[in-house]
Amino acid sequence: MPEPILSIQDLAVEFKTEDGIVHAVDGISYELYPGETLGIVGESGSGKSVSTLALLGLIPLPPGRIVSGTAMFKGRDLLALRKRDLRRVRGNEVAMVFQDPMTSLNPVLTVGFQLGEAIKTHYPHEKDAVVKERVIELLKLVGVPNAETRYSQYPHEFSGGMRQRAMIAMSITNSPSLLIADEPTTALDVTIQAQVLEVLKRVQKETEAATILITHDLGIVAEMCDRVLVMYAGHIVESGDVETIFRAPRHPYTIGLMDSLPKLTEDEEWLRPIPGSPPSLIDVPPGCPFHPRCFLSGGRERCRTELPALVAIDGTPHAAACHFSEELVGYKSKFSQAEVA
Amino acid sequence: MTDPTFNPADDSLIPTTPAVSGDVMAPVGALPGAVSGTFEQGTQVEGTLEAGLDLKVRSQWSYARMRFFRHRLALIGLVGLIVIFGAGVFANYVAPYSYEEINLGHLQFLAPPSSAHPFGTDSLGRDELSRVIWGIRTSMEVGVFVAVVSTIVGLVIGAIAGFFGGWLDNLLMRVTDLVLTLPLLAVLLTASALLGQGNQWRVSMILVFFFWTGIARVVRGIYLSLREKEYVEAAKACGAGDSRLMFRHILPNTMGPIVVNATLAVGTAILVEAALSFLGFGIKPPTPSLGTLVNDARTNPEAWWLTVFPGLTIVAIVLCVNFVGDGLRDALDPTQRRMRA
Amino acid sequence: MLTYIARRILYSIPVLFLSTFLSFIFVSYAGNPTALLRQNPRIPPSTIQHLIHQEYLDKPVVLRYFYWLHSVFTDKLGKSLVTLQPIWPQITRTMGHTAQFIIISEVLALVLGVAVGIYSAIRQYSVFDYLFTSVSFLGFAMPTFWLALLLQIGFTDIYLHWNVRIFYTSGLNSLPGGPTWSLDRLQHLALPIMTLCIISFALYSRYMRASMLDVINSDYVRTARAKGVAEWRVIMRHVFRNALIPITTVAALNFGALLGGAIVTETVFSLDGIGYWFVQALGALDLYEVMAYLLITAIAVVVFNLIADILYGFLDPRIRYD
Repeated sequence: MPEPILSIQDLAVEFKTEDGIVHAVDGISYELYPGETLGIVGESGSGKSVSTLALLGLIPLPPGRIVSGTAMFKGRDLLALRKRDLRRVRGNEVAMVFQDPMTSLNPVLTVGFQLGEAIKTHYPHEKDAVVKERVIELLKLVGVPNAETRYSQYPHEFSGGMRQRAMIAMSITNSPSLLIADEPTTALDVTIQAQVLEVLKRVQKETEAATILITHDLGIVAEMCDRVLVMYAGHIVESGDVETIFRAPRHPYTIGLMDSLPKLTEDEEWLRPIPGSPPSLIDVPPGCPFHPRCFLSGGRERCRTELPALVAIDGTPHAAACHFSEELVGYKSKFSQAEVA
Repeated sequence: MTDPTFNPADDSLIPTTPAVSGDVMAPVGALPGAVSGTFEQGTQVEGTLEAGLDLKVRSQWSYARMRFFRHRLALIGLVGLIVIFGAGVFANYVAPYSYEEINLGHLQFLAPPSSAHPFGTDSLGRDELSRVIWGIRTSMEVGVFVAVVSTIVGLVIGAIAGFFGGWLDNLLMRVTDLVLTLPLLAVLLTASALLGQGNQWRVSMILVFFFWTGIARVVRGIYLSLREKEYVEAAKACGAGDSRLMFRHILPNTMGPIVVNATLAVGTAILVEAALSFLGFGIKPPTPSLGTLVNDARTNPEAWWLTVFPGLTIVAIVLCVNFVGDGLRDALDPTQRRMRA
Repeated sequence: MLTYIARRILYSIPVLFLSTFLSFIFVSYAGNPTALLRQNPRIPPSTIQHLIHQEYLDKPVVLRYFYWLHSVFTDKLGKSLVTLQPIWPQITRTMGHTAQFIIISEVLALVLGVAVGIYSAIRQYSVFDYLFTSVSFLGFAMPTFWLALLLQIGFTDIYLHWNVRIFYTSGLNSLPGGPTWSLDRLQHLALPIMTLCIISFALYSRYMRASMLDVINSDYVRTARAKGVAEWRVIMRHVFRNALIPITTVAALNFGALLGGAIVTETVFSLDGIGYWFVQALGALDLYEVMAYLLITAIAVVVFNLIADILYGFLDPRIRYD
């Protein structure tokens, strides 16, 4: 087993709001290996974005607070770095692609300038002409047509898909070893989604970067990821490689997620959403955060009082945080017969 | 009780990249209030309201009220307004003397503040405190009248313009443009000078004539943007007529900005009326006006109390009105960036 | 860009036309221009009749409007009905004085307002922020004339008590007809400038602060930080320019209020400006002078809005006018 490039231990992040303290991320730990693509799945509010923003110190610290945790990256704890050192890591060794390309690019600066800025920030002595060349090269790599003209255009002159490509190009300018993509295709049309995912794949191959792909779309996970973490209410409830989790999930939430996808091949009378709503992250009750909506729990005492730990299943890399996970043995999901690419 | 061998899914072939966008997952968390559900297999989920799933549904107004009262300055403003306007409304009882009254038995010209005359006296021996209190009443009348009437007029015109669009909108907007082309004070001065000044109602009518444009613009903007929204189309598809659409569906959305605007208009109206009266083109004696009081003080600049107290009263009123307006803006539209005090 | 400007100018002509027309009708009906003249016993009725005939006062209103319009172009706004003096020289004289102190105070208010707004946003909730927020709230609530009076009384008091004259409290110069750019003039204009500046400053600092806060929390700033850009550069390059954009609109909208403030300030400090002149004309119900003022200010507002729009397009590439 190679050394993990990123090792998160017990990360917890909270936010102070008018209504109380929101426990956005409540103690998660995981590892990321070089070259692999790790998916983080969860609904809005599960903490998936916050956990990665914390790594780069992008959480506004007055309302936010990193309560605990370490994030070892290439031997250094990202969470303990000084501002100056963290800045050297950002956009250089660790890069991020954000969700909404419309608002994630500065509207008053040209695209070329903004991409060039990514280079010049870390290599200030590079000549302008060299930088421009590299930027155009990158734009071509991600498939932006007419890269030379596009260089001097503004973000609003790009289409949504092109903007996201430009964002991806911007993130790989300095060949980062870790790329974090926070819901990169959520804001895009489905057809454009596929194109952008292609670009992402191509870019991964070029740079051999380890990737964290955050999404709420199981389809994207199946398509792009090697391993996946399922998050709920600030906790990791299941983790493992994609094949295993898709075929034989061992957490009722994961099962609920997959079940809520409508079947394409049969007529279903009713969709099967998970009943109830995600819990408030402010007054967190004891016990498993999922139990009020859990079909497996049935209101059992242990679910209501004891927070389940993320436990490896039979020594495999597959882990689930459920007291009664064994009861799900033998459960085969709707994907069990499908080829998960 | 739960069926431990719960197996809701059938085996089915799912293509590797599902054509159904992952957005199916989005509604999972968005079921409002649906607490218990039944799976097809007859499994009942015991959806009990646990502590973490406290779904207290509050009405729109009580949320707004909650937010308003959390705003300290707004409360101060509210209290201030109650005190000040209360004094104005009950001027007959509160003011020790009437506006014009000269205490012949105890003549004191230009007396500085004392226990007998907390705000001093003017050149004719009149009690300044009483004059200020009577002035408050007038300001109040002007402020509220202008705010209410111009809001109503602006609302109707803005709604018509925004809803029907086309030439009607164009026409009405050109009219407002016209009104706005000239600087407010100059126009009002002209209007006042020529239409005759005098009591607060004439002046108020003139003010209304120009204030409605502000509200109309805001309302029009809202109607224009909401007109295209899906729920309006849906209502139309159900056979709703124009007036129903205008009043039942879109109008409630304008309430927030309208209330805020109307509140702030009270302050602006009072300031403008004071300026007009100060210059001699507004409210004429014997009707009291704080602006006139300040103007009267110009002949005796060494009697600072004659300038300071009426002006201070104006400042206090407008300040309180602005605080309340700020609080209302916060309460009624929390999504807006708060200009926090 | 040029076509846009041309189009805007062309478009504003009918608006100006209509607004002056309406004003003229309104002013004509409401005031009798010869009333004051008639009251003066030294002017024989024949002179008044002659005047009426000369100025077409016996013709229908609409026709008179066009006569007035004609005089605007050919006779440089014509002559006052009351004083029978040509209007144009009065306008140039007074407008120059008003422009002088308005421009200085506006520039000052913008520079200070933007600076304070930026710093307040960066150091949100600090003592500085709370202090200047209070100043802003006060500025919003304060009537311009009252602030002017307070300053006037205050500095008069200082002179009377301590015999030190820091700023003058009335007039444009110590001697009438004094130089436009001199220490003496500046001392006279200091208080009026302060008055207008404080009021406008409150507005600009508030909006700048709000705009900065808006931008600081936006996604593209987060992107810039994620790239590793140094914080000060993030502020200067990414935040500042975007935050400045709404200020142009605010400044444009404030222009009308500024002119009103000028009227009031000139009255308090007895400055020979166009606002003061207007108030006098209004008091005398001098129709042509009033119309002249309204026309000049309407044109000023249009021009100013145009400049603001162009500036906006310069700052924000999304709104490029072609």
